[in-house]
Amino acid sequence: MKFRQAYYAEPLLFEKAGAPNGGVPDCPLPPRLRRELLDLPNLPEPEVVRHFTRLSQMNFGIDSGFYPLGSCTMKFNPKFTEEIARLPEVARTHPHQEESTVQGHLQVLYELQEMLRLIAGMDAVTLQPAAGAQGEFTGLLLAKAYLEARGEHRTQVVLPDTAHGTNFATAGMLGFEVVEVPSRDGRVDGDALRHAVGPQTLAFMITNPNTLGLFERDILGIATTVHQAGALLYYDGANFNAILGRTSPGAMGFDIVHFNLHKTFTTPHGGGGPGAGPVAVKRHLEPYLPVPVVAKVEGTYRLDYDRPKSIGKVRAWYGNYGLLLRAYGYILAQGADGLAAVTDRAVLNANYLKTKVERLLPVPFDGPRMHEFVASGSPLQARGLRTMDLAKRLMDFGHHPPTVYFPHLVEEAIMIEPTETEAKETMDGFAADLEAILGEPDHVLKNAPHHAAVARVDEVQAAREPILSWRMKRRKPETS
Amino acid sequence: MLRELGLPNVEALFDDIPEKVRVKGLPIPAGRGEQDVVHHITAILRKNRGGDVMPTFLGGGLYDHFVPASVRAITSRSEFYTAYTPYQAELSQGILQALFEYQSLIAELTGLDVANTSMYDGSTALGEAALMAHRLNGRKEILVPRSMHWERRQVLTSYLHGAGMRIRDIPWEEKTGLLNLSALRLGVTPDTAAVYFENPGFFGPFEDRVDEIRAAAGEALLIVGANPLALAVTKAPGDYGADIVVGEGQPLGNAVNFGGPLLGIFACRAEHVRKAPGRIIGLTKDAKGHRAFCMTLVTREQHIRREKAMSNICTNQTLMAVAAVAYAAVLGGNGLRRVAAENVHRARRLMAAINRVPGFAAPLFDGYHFNEFVVRSTRDYGEISRSLLDQGVHGGLSLTKAFPELGQSALFATTEVHTDEDQDRLVKALEALTR
Repeated sequence: MKFRQAYYAEPLLFEKAGAPNGGVPDCPLPPRLRRELLDLPNLPEPEVVRHFTRLSQMNFGIDSGFYPLGSCTMKFNPKFTEEIARLPEVARTHPHQEESTVQGHLQVLYELQEMLRLIAGMDAVTLQPAAGAQGEFTGLLLAKAYLEARGEHRTQVVLPDTAHGTNFATAGMLGFEVVEVPSRDGRVDGDALRHAVGPQTLAFMITNPNTLGLFERDILGIATTVHQAGALLYYDGANFNAILGRTSPGAMGFDIVHFNLHKTFTTPHGGGGPGAGPVAVKRHLEPYLPVPVVAKVEGTYRLDYDRPKSIGKVRAWYGNYGLLLRAYGYILAQGADGLAAVTDRAVLNANYLKTKVERLLPVPFDGPRMHEFVASGSPLQARGLRTMDLAKRLMDFGHHPPTVYFPHLVEEAIMIEPTETEAKETMDGFAADLEAILGEPDHVLKNAPHHAAVARVDEVQAAREPILSWRMKRRKPETS
Repeated sequence: MLRELGLPNVEALFDDIPEKVRVKGLPIPAGRGEQDVVHHITAILRKNRGGDVMPTFLGGGLYDHFVPASVRAITSRSEFYTAYTPYQAELSQGILQALFEYQSLIAELTGLDVANTSMYDGSTALGEAALMAHRLNGRKEILVPRSMHWERRQVLTSYLHGAGMRIRDIPWEEKTGLLNLSALRLGVTPDTAAVYFENPGFFGPFEDRVDEIRAAAGEALLIVGANPLALAVTKAPGDYGADIVVGEGQPLGNAVNFGGPLLGIFACRAEHVRKAPGRIIGLTKDAKGHRAFCMTLVTREQHIRREKAMSNICTNQTLMAVAAVAYAAVLGGNGLRRVAAENVHRARRLMAAINRVPGFAAPLFDGYHFNEFVVRSTRDYGEISRSLLDQGVHGGLSLTKAFPELGQSALFATTEVHTDEDQDRLVKALEALTR
């Protein structure tokens, strides 16, 4: 047995025996406002710390092991940025403080804006969006504002079939019609794109390399097609870690870019968030950026709200500052040389692991990949097994499963992104375990995982009769 | 590895990048060692003067509360903070259970059965709530208090674009600063998707006409913006007819962090859950019949439903939700109520003290306050604020620009972090101004 995750039959906080409710505290509020009962547990502090420590031991992070979750860029999160971001100087600064008292924070924001702008080859940056999807939301609002100022009311967003789900959802949320462009040999089909774009097209959103890990070689042709239609070209920065120092969205002709600082610039993913999704634009879109933009005037940092064409705000204040600060530290430490090496190593690792995996499973489409590759679990189907069974069995060897069933273009997809922070030995081990698993009897996969905290979780049951809180649970006692 | 790939160097792996779009390296400085970078950044951070070095009476949605060290110890467990979204439930039971407990905490505080695992902040939670109301009833207008934070209104505006929704302002009652009921009754039409109000209101007092507001809203949805800490001692909005409760969750165990990361609270009635945005964790069983947790109702979400998804949100503010439930657990229900009550006491003490200073009136609006209130002065508030800074105090948030009809006024917040000495320092500084 290579791995055994901890398991505790840990009750809910709400099920633990604690001190009784103390009733209404001395609180000068009248009965019509006052709450008579708050049904929350009252536990000793050591018991609370143990509770969450046990829960943490039933969780798997990058610090626990290999986490090749394609598209999500799960790589080592430096500890020094974590320490910095938790300092009281950061934690206890209020965003409404006078500018003179936050010059340090504004300097960080200003310099990060500058560095991101230069890295992307763009002209201006907003740090406000809270995550990649909110960066997309901001980017499309910018495109809409820019085109509407020119008297153009465009209604469609064009996306390749390999696009992230958030691209579709963002376009839908903003009321745009989505036009999907099919791929040819894993890349955007130029002819299909020419047919899809027109005077109704607001933007074409694309990630490059795409979610198959393939670089869109005809990116300049794509840019020309999109721009000739009067539309804007949007770069989904989820895969930015594949191009640092090799090319840039600016050089490829993009008008708008979002960064996922929690991916390329390795701020921790927090179990699902927070992230940060800054947006960079070319000059023509700069007047529309959200307020405020951080400016430097005669050596003093200022929050510039005086931007009459601005789209306004997409979230409160200036962004997920704690994450922006971590990314700032990471970029300073890596520098130009370090970031370029990140890309070289990430791409080398992905191609190395691909050569090992493709001896075991089909990896559709020829040629080198960038930072990730997509294999297919389709051969398992002959055994009555699916990609999900393989994914679950990988857990038993101490690997977090890759992204599965995405992109949709690949049947039974297994999307693997090793990242640059993994050692050759780790990838060798993963490939060896994959090979061993493929040789195992069907039932071993079918019933996996065997060594995670729990056995296969019944997600169908969860959705059929949702129990979503202790309030709901109390009314619906478990049958067993 | 290159040998294994049969390549002379790494360059060959980049052959797909056309010559025309290549760049020669990155135009930023070279890398530096960790020690050097830490030294550099801490030097920059020392240029700030925040709540760690002088008392701050700023609020307006974010508040400087005391966070027990155990909360940070829990969120510093790297099994939590270096994980991603629990797509693979079996390996992620820990964070799934913690998030289920967070949902349970929010459900208890709000009096609604369902809470999602977070939105980005209180303002985007409101934007999402408005869109959800539109999905539920197809109507296009949301009624909001004219007395809401201007930035929250700006964010709401951004969220309404796609659905073609409109905002209609409801003015405030002159005495209380709360929703003007007759204006509200006139404002509700068959196209009203939702009525939104805040409790406590942005100007400080609690809303005590909740039944009248519910009745006035009629068939429109009722969205309540709440301070989750205040909910520990005040009635649950679900009990007075709220359909959706949103709010800024920062007061629950999270730092103000110069405005982020924050925690958007989103709760709703169970019958509406299939139209709700964001991730939701459900209780279920594993193949052996043991209790287990997983993400559920995922067909609402972007990775499944794509352009028909309820929201585009993917990465959210999970770790802040863990901090919130850890905070509530460390304090316990009784402790949470004590802290909330203490905020009410601190505000009463400070209001009375400021009101005694010649040239200042506090609170400007009548009613029961939580931890925030409006102060009006006879002098230019910008000048006052600068003078307070010179005396080592961050004063309140100026309202003069956003609400010119309030004259020279500012919103002051105080919490359990303020000792009597901290409050007296502010009062003395105000007194010094009058001399």
